[in-house]
Amino acid sequence: MNFSGLINEFGPLTVAGLAQGAIIALFALGYTLVYGVLRLINFAHSEVFLVGTYACLIAWGWFGLDQNSAAPDLGAMLGYMALGLVVAIVASGLVALLVELVAYRPLRRRNAPPLAFLITAIGASLAISETVGVLTHRVQRGVPPIIQAKTVITIGNTHITNLQILIVVLALVMMFVLDRFINGSRLGRGIRAVAQSPDSAALMGVNKSRVISLVFLLGGLMAGIAAVMYDLKIGVTKYDAGFLLGIDAFTAAVLGGIGNLRGALVGGLLLGVLQNYAAGLFGSSWLHGAAFVLLVLILMFRPTGLLGESLGRARA
Amino acid sequence: MRQVLARAIGGVAIIGLIAGAAACNKSSSSDNTASGSNCGYKLAFFGALTGSAANLGVNIEQGFELAVQQYNKQKGSDCITVAKFDSQGAPEVAPGVARSLVADKKVLGIVGPPFSGESAAADPIFEAAGIPTITPSATRTSLSSSGWKVFHRAVANDDAQGPAAASYIKDVLKAQKVFVADDQSAYGAGLSDVVKKTLGSLVVQSDKTEADGKQSDFSALVSKVQASGATALFYGGYYTNAGIIRKQLTAAGWKGTLVGGDGMKDPGLAKASGTAAAVGTVVTCPCSPPEAAGGTFVNDYKAKWNQDAGTYSDVAFDAANIFLQGIDAGNTTPQKLNDYLSTVNYKGIANTYKFTSTGELDPSLIKVWAFKFDATGNPVKDQQIKTS
Repeated sequence: MNFSGLINEFGPLTVAGLAQGAIIALFALGYTLVYGVLRLINFAHSEVFLVGTYACLIAWGWFGLDQNSAAPDLGAMLGYMALGLVVAIVASGLVALLVELVAYRPLRRRNAPPLAFLITAIGASLAISETVGVLTHRVQRGVPPIIQAKTVITIGNTHITNLQILIVVLALVMMFVLDRFINGSRLGRGIRAVAQSPDSAALMGVNKSRVISLVFLLGGLMAGIAAVMYDLKIGVTKYDAGFLLGIDAFTAAVLGGIGNLRGALVGGLLLGVLQNYAAGLFGSSWLHGAAFVLLVLILMFRPTGLLGESLGRARA
Repeated sequence: MRQVLARAIGGVAIIGLIAGAAACNKSSSSDNTASGSNCGYKLAFFGALTGSAANLGVNIEQGFELAVQQYNKQKGSDCITVAKFDSQGAPEVAPGVARSLVADKKVLGIVGPPFSGESAAADPIFEAAGIPTITPSATRTSLSSSGWKVFHRAVANDDAQGPAAASYIKDVLKAQKVFVADDQSAYGAGLSDVVKKTLGSLVVQSDKTEADGKQSDFSALVSKVQASGATALFYGGYYTNAGIIRKQLTAAGWKGTLVGGDGMKDPGLAKASGTAAAVGTVVTCPCSPPEAAGGTFVNDYKAKWNQDAGTYSDVAFDAANIFLQGIDAGNTTPQKLNDYLSTVNYKGIANTYKFTSTGELDPSLIKVWAFKFDATGNPVKDQQIKTS
């Protein structure tokens, strides 16, 4: 164990962890939203994210950008960012809707048992990721340097880059907007109603199918944003990128309390930071192992996660 | 019911026909090949043809296949058959593939396995079957100390490569603080241990990453490297991870030099990192620059495969020719071929080959070169490193 290393690198590890955690948190929202309403773990959500990581690369490719092109100037950069975000959000949102429509809705119509949903979820996940794998020859694809990383704040040995700030701020803003939407708007009230009691909600005139589609769409939109941030931060994407990060995101959702929006944020940031501390303390090889040990410990004392489980009840 | 039965019988009959036809083909073709003297045998390539480190395997396979093809031109079209076994470079896949290799009794010798991890997994199976292997690239030191009689290594091991990399970092880069990391693979961990030992107090910190394809976010490693103040990072691992790490280091503003071993000597590194970030990355290799290979190899390779010879293509070419020379001399059982290898003194295009009793390349023949990635994204020769 390397305590002095952890203390020396506390600042840099925290910053790296927060940026990583913010992406995980945005990603985790998709799991949590769907679980809150349907009590279903949508494993295909990792591929909703995956499609987002490729969609923005393809969009940038239309403008001749590849990973070896020069960094664009400020105006072009903002344009490309907006374009990438819009394309990724639309693509991820559409894939999420499609997954719901093709994989889950027919099962729901026939009142299939929960196990059937689980298998379909895994099947849809594999089908999409393998398709992408075959189409891309399982080769990673590099991300163009849309944002030239620059250190903007230096505190001691901690250098905070513009990209890290962007990722964390964007995640917080999106969380806030989503939180207001769920807790303040009419459609959001519908989501909460279905989450609390699907039958009573239906009796009160809430269109359940539409609410479910909306939930998948929202999760997809957030995954699209997370996908663009992931591309910019990691610099490459690959057909299994969604799977690797999806495990983290799912863990974060459970850690914060699955079905709870704010739980996803807390869980994501906490997981990101803790993974980096574990990497500092035990070495990067323990990055994943240590985080899961901690997850087990937390669940032992708070089985429903840090902030509790329900989307309907958690209104604080 | 009757219909089902009829279909089933029909299906079985068709399968039988196909199998029978295939069997016929096989026997007739082996009749053809038996025409020349010492013909009708197979040499096998065993290694990665697919997977995240496939380029390294393909380079070797193509060099090997070129040699066999040129030999067949002299001896008759089908004299020696090339058998390819794709291990995906993965230690968990290799044993199964190795068992299917040893089941083929026509295979006299194996060029491969290219990687150390798969070698450790597959070589015991080749040892049990008594089929001689020449690896043109697996450099983990311990491979030669397992007592395998069939093991031969046509390049220097990490005990030569590691100190060479360390001396490059110390004497050429003149780094005062060095960070050492590896991917926990048999090859990467072995090499970085040697580098760590040789550099001694210059190493300020070390870390381990996941293997290729198992990790894409290296931000923890990047933070550590930056915070350590190191001006050189030695990474024991393969080119895909190394490229992604280089990209993230550059994005985080780290200006030091990434140094690695032969596993990183592939244009795939620059493909993963972007060519701008890869420029200046140094890789060592117990091999000579491919363009320095003697004879017409460079042009022949390009004509055959429509690409330049890669890392170890030339060594694989030599390894195949060592086997072919042995077979030509009448060593047509794996046992005889293996005995022949212990006496061989072969001057090839990349080096001269003589094996010690443990199957290592004779120490006097060891060469280690440093290569540097240029603006085209290719590792080009930098300088030969003294090994002593």
